[in-house]
Amino acid sequence: MSRRARLVFFAVAAAGLAVTLGVGLAGLPSFGSQLTAYARMLNELASPQRHVTDVVSAITFDYRGIDTLFEEFILLAAVAGISVLLRPLSDESRQLPEDKAPNRKIPPPSPAVWLLAVLLSSLLTLIGLETITHGVLTPGGGFQAGVILASAIYVIYLGTNYATVERFQPDPLLEASDGVGAFGYVVIGLLGLLAGDVFLSNVVGLGVTGNLIAGGTIPLLNLVVGVEVAGGFAILASEFLDQTAVIRTERR
Amino acid sequence: MSEAVIAVALVWVAASGTAVVLTRDPLRQAFVAGFFGLGLAFLYLSMQAGDVALSQIVVGAIALPLIVLLSLAKVRKGRE
Repeated sequence: MSRRARLVFFAVAAAGLAVTLGVGLAGLPSFGSQLTAYARMLNELASPQRHVTDVVSAITFDYRGIDTLFEEFILLAAVAGISVLLRPLSDESRQLPEDKAPNRKIPPPSPAVWLLAVLLSSLLTLIGLETITHGVLTPGGGFQAGVILASAIYVIYLGTNYATVERFQPDPLLEASDGVGAFGYVVIGLLGLLAGDVFLSNVVGLGVTGNLIAGGTIPLLNLVVGVEVAGGFAILASEFLDQTAVIRTERR
Repeated sequence: MSEAVIAVALVWVAASGTAVVLTRDPLRQAFVAGFFGLGLAFLYLSMQAGDVALSQIVVGAIALPLIVLLSLAKVRKGRE
C-alpha cells in the first residue's frame, strides 16, 4: 500500500471514529446530572433484597453475576496464555545465574530491608484478607484482595532472593488455586440450578444486613474470585520473574 | 467543594496522562504511569466510586509496574 493510499485510509477511518465518538459523547448525561432510573432502583433495592451494604458487590456478584463469570474466564485464559508464551523455548534453558567469583561472600540483604519485607508482606496479607471478607460491607472484594495477596509474595522477593520466594509459591499450588477458583464460581452458579432456580441465583441464606457473613452467595463468590485472582497474579509474576532471573538463551 | 476536588482530579489526570505520552524512556515512563494511575484512582474516589478506585490502585500500583519493570529487565539482560 502506497503512502498516499495509507493516508486516505487513515483519513476515512479517523473521520468515521470522530463522527461516531462525537455522537456518542453528545448523548452522554451532562456532568452531575441525576442518576439513571436503573441506578436509583439498585440503590433502593440492593440492601433490602440481598442484605449487603456495598451495592457494587451485589451488582457484580449477583444481579450481573454472569458478567463476572465471563471476566473470571478471561483472566484464566490470559494467565494460561502468558504461561504458554513465557515457557522456556527450545533454545532456552532454566538455570540460576552462574557465580563468576564463587569464593566471594555475598552479603545478605540488610536487616532493615528484611524487616521491612516481613512487616509489609504480613500487612499486605492482612489487608488482602480484610478486603476479601469485607467485600459485602465496604468497597473492595475478591479481585482487589487477590491482587493484594499476590503482591505479598513479590515483597518477599524484594526483601530476600529468588530461591526463597520459590519456596513460598510452589507452582502446583498456584495453578490449582487459579483453576479451583474459576471452577468454584461455576459450582456456586450450579447451586442455583440444583435448588430449582436459574443459574447463579442467590439461593444461600441471606443473613443479617451489616454482618460479615451476609448476602448469601455474594461472600462465597468473593472468596472463590479472590482465590482465583491471587493464584493468577502470582503465576503472572512468577512467569515474568522466571524470564528475568533463570531463563536464558543457550550459547551455540 | 466536591466539584473542586473533581476538577483537581481531572486536571491531574489530563496533565499526568500527557506526561506519560511525552516521556520517551520506558523506565521513567513506568514511574510516570504509576503517578498517572494514582491520579485516576483519586478521580474515581472523588466521584465516590470506591470499588473502581481500589481496582485501579491494585492494577496501577502492582500489576502494571511489575510487568513493565520485569520485561525491561529481561530486554536489557538480553542486550549485554
